[in-house]
Formats: sequence, C-alpha cells, structure tokens
Amino acid sequence: MSRYLTALIAIVLREALRFVHQRERFVAALVRPLVWLLVFAAGFRAALGLSIIPPYQTYITYETYIVPGLCGMIMLFNGMQSSLSLIYDREMGSMKLLLTSPLPRWWLLTCKLLGATAISILQVYAFLAIAAALGIKMPVAGYLTVLPALVVAGLMLGSLGLLLSSFIKQLENFAGVMNFVIFPMFFLSSALYPLWKMAESSELLYNICAVNPFTHAVELIRFALYVEFNGPALFWTVLAAAVFTVAALWGYSPRITGPRGRG
Amino acid sequence: MSAIRVEGLNYRYGAKQALTDVGFEVGQGRFCALLGPNGAGKSTLFNLLTRLFVPPSGQIHIAGHDLQRAPRAALAQLGIVFQQSTLDLDLTVRQNLTYFAALHGLSGKRRALRIAHVLERLDIADRAEEKARALNGGHRRRTEIARALLHDPKVLLLDEPTVGFDAAARAAITDHVHDLTTDGTTVLWATHLADEVRPDDRLIVLHRTRVLRDGLAGEIAGGRPLQQAFLTMTQAPA
Repeated sequence: MSRYLTALIAIVLREALRFVHQRERFVAALVRPLVWLLVFAAGFRAALGLSIIPPYQTYITYETYIVPGLCGMIMLFNGMQSSLSLIYDREMGSMKLLLTSPLPRWWLLTCKLLGATAISILQVYAFLAIAAALGIKMPVAGYLTVLPALVVAGLMLGSLGLLLSSFIKQLENFAGVMNFVIFPMFFLSSALYPLWKMAESSELLYNICAVNPFTHAVELIRFALYVEFNGPALFWTVLAAAVFTVAALWGYSPRITGPRGRG
Repeated sequence: MSAIRVEGLNYRYGAKQALTDVGFEVGQGRFCALLGPNGAGKSTLFNLLTRLFVPPSGQIHIAGHDLQRAPRAALAQLGIVFQQSTLDLDLTVRQNLTYFAALHGLSGKRRALRIAHVLERLDIADRAEEKARALNGGHRRRTEIARALLHDPKVLLLDEPTVGFDAAARAAITDHVHDLTTDGTTVLWATHLADEVRPDDRLIVLHRTRVLRDGLAGEIAGGRPLQQAFLTMTQAPA
C-alpha cells in the first residue's frame, strides 16, 4: 500500500477513535442543532413568513427552512472543534509527531482535514435522520445528492479551522474564535433566514451575508438536499476552501525565526 | 560518514539570540550527550534538527541527507523523543505504535514485526495492550523510545528524556538508550544532568547559545566528577 494511503487511513482512524472516545462531543454536536430545530424554530415559525424561493416549490415551514442551515452549523462547529483539537495537539506535543513524519506536510494536514470532514458528515447524517424521525423530511434522493455538497462544505469549514489553528498560538485565545468567527459566520448567513429578509432590514448586512462563504456552503447543502445544483454556491465554497487551505499550509510551514523565547 | 553533521547554525527569537555558530559531527553508533544548563539552546537545536524550525543560516545533515534540501529522506532516518510526552493517552501502547508506524508509511506484516521487535527491545511487550494512561512515567517514556525506533532510524534524538523521573527510572532509561548504540544507532541525548553521561560518551557542552566544549566526556571532566567540571565551566563569568 502506498505510504500516503497508509498515513491517510491511520490519521482518519485516529480522528474517528478520538471522536468515539468523546461521546459527549457527539451528543453535544447533535443536541445543539436539535435545540434550534425544536425550540428556536417553533418560536420563530409564527414571526417569520417565508415566501416561495428556490429550491422550494411550495410554502414550507420554518423548521424545513433551517434544516440545511443547521447541517452547516454542525459542520461549522465541527471545523472549529477540529481546530481546537489541533491547538491542543500542538500544546500537548503530538502535532510535532505529525510534522516530523517523512511525508510532505501538505499531505499530513490534508489527511487531518479529510478526517475532520468525514466525522462532521457522520454527524450531519445523524442529525438528518433525527429530523426525518421528527417529520422534517427531504426528498429521498436528496439524502444521497447532499453527500458531495457536505464534502465540499466540510472541507471548506475544516480548512478554515486549520487556518485558525495555525495562527492561534494558545488554547486560551480560542474563546475569541467563538465571538469573532463562529457567531458572525452563522448569524450573517442564510442559515436562519433567507437573504431577502435580511435585505429588507439592512442592505449592508445583506451584502455581508452574500459574501460570507458559510452562506454559500449552506445554499449548496440546501439545493443538494432538494436534488438541485447551485453552481455559484459551489464555486464560492470551493474558492473559499482553496484560499483557506493554501493559507493554512503556509501557516504550518517551518519558520525561519521563532515566535517566542525557548531554551 | 557522520551520522549527524551540523555546521554554522544560527537562530534567534526576535532580538534574542538562541544559537550562535553551532557546529559538530557525531559518528555512526556513538552515544553523544548534549549537555547544557536551561536556556543554553538545547531545545532550539532540537527544533532545528527535527525541522520544526528552519535555520536562517547553517546546514544540518542526517545520515548524509541535507535536512533543508532533502527533508523527507533526512526525517526518515530520524527517531525523535520529545521532552514533552506525545503519547495519545486514550490509546493503547500498540495503537500508539501503530499510528506512528503508519505516519512513516509502515503497514501490514512489516509493521506488526517492527512493533513486536521494538516492544521486545524496550522490554515493554507485556504492556502492549494497556492504555498509555495506565502506564507510569518510566514506561510511557520507554514506549516513546520504542516508537521512535519503529522505522529503524539511523539516528535517535532525545530531548531531556528523563526530566521528572526518579533515580531508578532515570538510570533504567539511560541504560536502555546506551544499549541501542550496540546495533549501530547514533544517539544524541540532550540533558542538563551530568550524571547521565558516561566517561566514554561523546560530549558536547552547549552554553549561552554556543558550543563550549566538544570531546570525550572523561577528557572534558579532566579527572573530576563531570558534574563538578560542568558547573565550573558554565558558572564562569562570560
């Protein structure tokens, strides 16, 4: 077996094992979107009137509207979680083990990214299954066509996590990520409300939402869940993934000068 | 051919100089101790030898491979034990070894054979199925040394591997690693504890970012206990 493939399998398996060992992480990852779906959506159903917008063919309930956004939310949190675990790995030293392996650094980091993406896809499917059990169902084929969209969205959000982890030097600084990355990305997107609703209240906020890569990831997932293809969303999500990945690889390249005093 | 060759190495953290014109060679199958007080530059040197950092000037060759020009060939010949433990505590000893072997491209039967070999070599075969968390510090360290030997490297680097251990565990680990040189492995052992160095070991004393002494430990000690000679050397005014 190729050395590259051997390393890929090992890194993905390790991520999976780590995930299995952290059962509370899996539960938390599912509870969070379910609370939004069952509590938040119930409250907002009455407040928000949704018109018929693509890909929907008819009037839909608010619960149905936010399912793709909540899929994105799972992946967003998962991307940040994997970033957190990378910073933890670095503080604990196990990142050194990875970076001193004789395989190219870009490949090792790609393996990490693929591992994190695979885990977030598993979580999304678990969430979709629960949502279906609660009566919020997508077209049957949508559960299949959403897979490539989830891969692209997962890679984009995972690479964002990788990028953040390359610049955040200490675990304590991670709280800022919640405030400055997760919340703005989530709320300034089409996850919870259609963009035309946002345009009604603020043109500026609408424009920010429209360039937010998370909006495109959510729309990619939304269309794919209804067996439709959204070209612009795919383009912007892939572009964002490429930019984040290249920047992260640069962030992880060996430094010519050290950041802080060591003995 | 030298197993480790370092020439004209410099490194700085911002305005703070960490290494100044460091150079030395270590022959194959030698145990070389890198002795220096805290802050002498040992960890920086390790970060450069393992390519976690890249030096702005100077060269490093590992088993004949230029670390800058052929990093993968050089890293493939390097076994590393970091000062900080890098075991995944939730995995068993065998799972930890398997993961690392895969990072070095080992798979299938060859991987299983190498794991069995290093477990035997470090005398921890009976602990293979235990979680790393259940091991004491000495056994964790031995697991890390076993792991560093999995891909049969020509050079083994250890960065203060006995820090925090009691005298018995320190002696056991020091003996194990000295034994490794009998099959041709070159060892570079960074420490600030002179009692881990034997008289016939090669010794490099690093002090205030520079190589202060380089030779046989017994000769550098000059008939005195090495600890005393080391303190005299490193406490002399600059």
